[in-house]
Amino acid sequence: MAEPIALSQLAKGSTAQVVGYPLNGSAFLRLREMGLLPGTPITLMRVAPMGDPIEIKVRGYNLTLRKSEADHIQVRPNDTP
Amino acid sequence: MSVPGHLKTPARNPVYAFVGNPNCGKSTLFNALTGLKQKVGNYPGVTVERKVGTAYSQHGQPMTVIDLPGAYSLAARSPDEAVTRDVLLGRRTNDTQMPDRIVCIVDGSNLERNLYLVHQIMDLGRPVILVINMMDLAENAGLNIRISQLEKELGIPVIPAKASQGKGHIELKLAMSRADLPLPRHRWDVPAAIAPAVAELQASLQDNDSKPPLIARAEALLLLTDQDPVRVAGSQPLSKRTAAILEHWKQQWHEEGTDWSGTLVGARYEAIAKLVQGNVEQSATVTDQNTSDKIDAIVTHGLWGWVTLGAIMTALFLSIFTLAEHPMNWIDAGTVALADMIKAAMPAGDLRDLITDGIIAGVGGVVIFLPQILILFFFIGMLESTGYMARAAFIMDRLMGKVGLNGKSFIPLLSSYACAIPGIMATRTIEDPKDRLVTILVAPFMSCSARLPVYLLMIAALLPPGEVSLWTRVGLMILMYALGTMGAFGFAWLFKRTLLKGEPPLMIMELPPYRVPRFKDVSLQMMERAGIFLRRAGTIILAISIVLWGLTTYPKSSDDLSPGEQVAQSYAGRAGKLIEPVIKPLGFDWQIGIGLISSFAAREVFVSATSVVFNVEEDEDDTAPLLEALRSAAWPDGRPLFTPLVCFTLMIFYVFAMQCVSTLAVVKRETNSWRWPLFQVGYQTGFAWLICLIIYQAGTAMGF
Repeated sequence: MAEPIALSQLAKGSTAQVVGYPLNGSAFLRLREMGLLPGTPITLMRVAPMGDPIEIKVRGYNLTLRKSEADHIQVRPNDTP
Repeated sequence: MSVPGHLKTPARNPVYAFVGNPNCGKSTLFNALTGLKQKVGNYPGVTVERKVGTAYSQHGQPMTVIDLPGAYSLAARSPDEAVTRDVLLGRRTNDTQMPDRIVCIVDGSNLERNLYLVHQIMDLGRPVILVINMMDLAENAGLNIRISQLEKELGIPVIPAKASQGKGHIELKLAMSRADLPLPRHRWDVPAAIAPAVAELQASLQDNDSKPPLIARAEALLLLTDQDPVRVAGSQPLSKRTAAILEHWKQQWHEEGTDWSGTLVGARYEAIAKLVQGNVEQSATVTDQNTSDKIDAIVTHGLWGWVTLGAIMTALFLSIFTLAEHPMNWIDAGTVALADMIKAAMPAGDLRDLITDGIIAGVGGVVIFLPQILILFFFIGMLESTGYMARAAFIMDRLMGKVGLNGKSFIPLLSSYACAIPGIMATRTIEDPKDRLVTILVAPFMSCSARLPVYLLMIAALLPPGEVSLWTRVGLMILMYALGTMGAFGFAWLFKRTLLKGEPPLMIMELPPYRVPRFKDVSLQMMERAGIFLRRAGTIILAISIVLWGLTTYPKSSDDLSPGEQVAQSYAGRAGKLIEPVIKPLGFDWQIGIGLISSFAAREVFVSATSVVFNVEEDEDDTAPLLEALRSAAWPDGRPLFTPLVCFTLMIFYVFAMQCVSTLAVVKRETNSWRWPLFQVGYQTGFAWLICLIIYQAGTAMGF
């Protein structure tokens, strides 16, 4: 199993599982409520032309968030087949 | 067995609330059910759109339907979501009835996240109808939703719908007509670590905050979802006792290392996952890349994304300036014809002049922008309903982030190039109140189309045609637009660091799947917004037109003066002379002062006002006589008035100064106070004055 990395470090097109993120901060509450929970599989869809924000696919829909938040979200990349 | 009270048909018309995530097709369904029987307004105290309509049951009974703003959660983060929460929790009973029954609309292609809000709503203990919309998208995504099984499991009516194709609303109407709408069978266990806190908080909310039992439970759960109890409590602060209990529990969990909020949200998603797993089948044949992803690969591409954005913006501005031209000419011709008709029908006198020169000319001067505003609203509506708006925000976020805003401020600012009014009204999509306010405050710096006639006149006066190349004039025009834009960004940056310091804006935004826009919904929205512009701004414009007319007409001189001399000794002329000491350092005399004052009705009025002041017979299509007059205008000591430097300084003044009453009226409406529009007048005009002072004085010193 791969080591957890920050979501912002995830390569474009790769998939991962959320491991965890900070308990505090309203940004993270909203991300939880949008269905981004520990164990949730995600795919990094793309990065905006200027490098920020990023777009992920989670529970079948597309969500954007800034790198400043993604820096604090730990994910475990899936092993590439 | 007797029927419990809340299950009986209410004596009055039943009140339904439509609730759902943004982009779930809620408004289309609401429009289909209520037709044109809608009342659109604002919730008092906030600028959140309030839509209430009437639908008729299968027996012809009227039912009140409230279309609540789209929300992802009852733990509200934006003013929109706060209204949805407050109406559902019965905190807004002074302006909006508490709904008896709730229709939850979810996007079938995105069930899990959509059901999160539904899960919270089922806590409220009121009858619920679940509409699973966008069944076509769900089918395309290979999802097979077992409706009857879901119905059995939840114990409530579940209605499959394709609202955009008009499918499902008859079934929904039938369900809403039922007298015996059941309560949801809502089985979920609050996690053991939190359950005692929920019970204790609920009891306290009932005893100390006088909340009804089920509302108390829902509020207790919200208090344990959001970190910030003040935000949850909103306009109804918690009692000391309840706050103390909450604090006690949080302290304890902190010591134990319990992630209470995460546990609660997680438990809801677990319950939802169970529900979805049992009732939705995913066929394996569908590929990962759907149509939206394919479009996005181009539209948010490093190169093609910019090309697309540029193309859409070019199309937007081309339509505003070309398509609007003819209707604007018609409106212009219409107002002239109307004024002429009245001139012919009425005896000469002050009353006639008031009607023709004051009311018709003044209101006509603003209504003339209606075609542009309609086109702009149409484009904004299309961009919103196709889903492109979110992509534009995604691309622009980094750039907007540099001044402390987020991508959502991009479209409002861009719209303001045509007219600040639709731009300011479009700021409603910005969730953070401070970001929204900053965007509103700087939007009028973007050079709107009313400044165009002033720029054109001044460029013509500054650079006589034939003497300089077209490119110099175009360059000067671009400079004006660039200066306004820089002003907007500069002040946004300043405000975000000083006056309206807040958390850095978030960019947690859904990129909804692309959809074919519904022309009917877009037009309906366009008409509503245009109506607001005409009604609200119109009343103020009418009043200002009358006042301005009075100021330029009275007092009347007994002598037989030319119109120019008459204006000179009117109140406006005196005001112009009064402000002359203030504007003289900028190189402006009292005659320009009159033009500046008149511009408050609409900036383009400067052109007609100067025509009157300089005694030029007005001719719409030919500014040559006016230009002649401007060139020969002089200070009393004979120095020419409109030197190139003065023309340039005047243009700069128009770039930055806040001179538009309609905009001020809209800002007042959107911010609910006179404080911000007055602040805008002060800081924008003050800044304009300062910049113009520097330019004129430096220019004079350098010998221009």
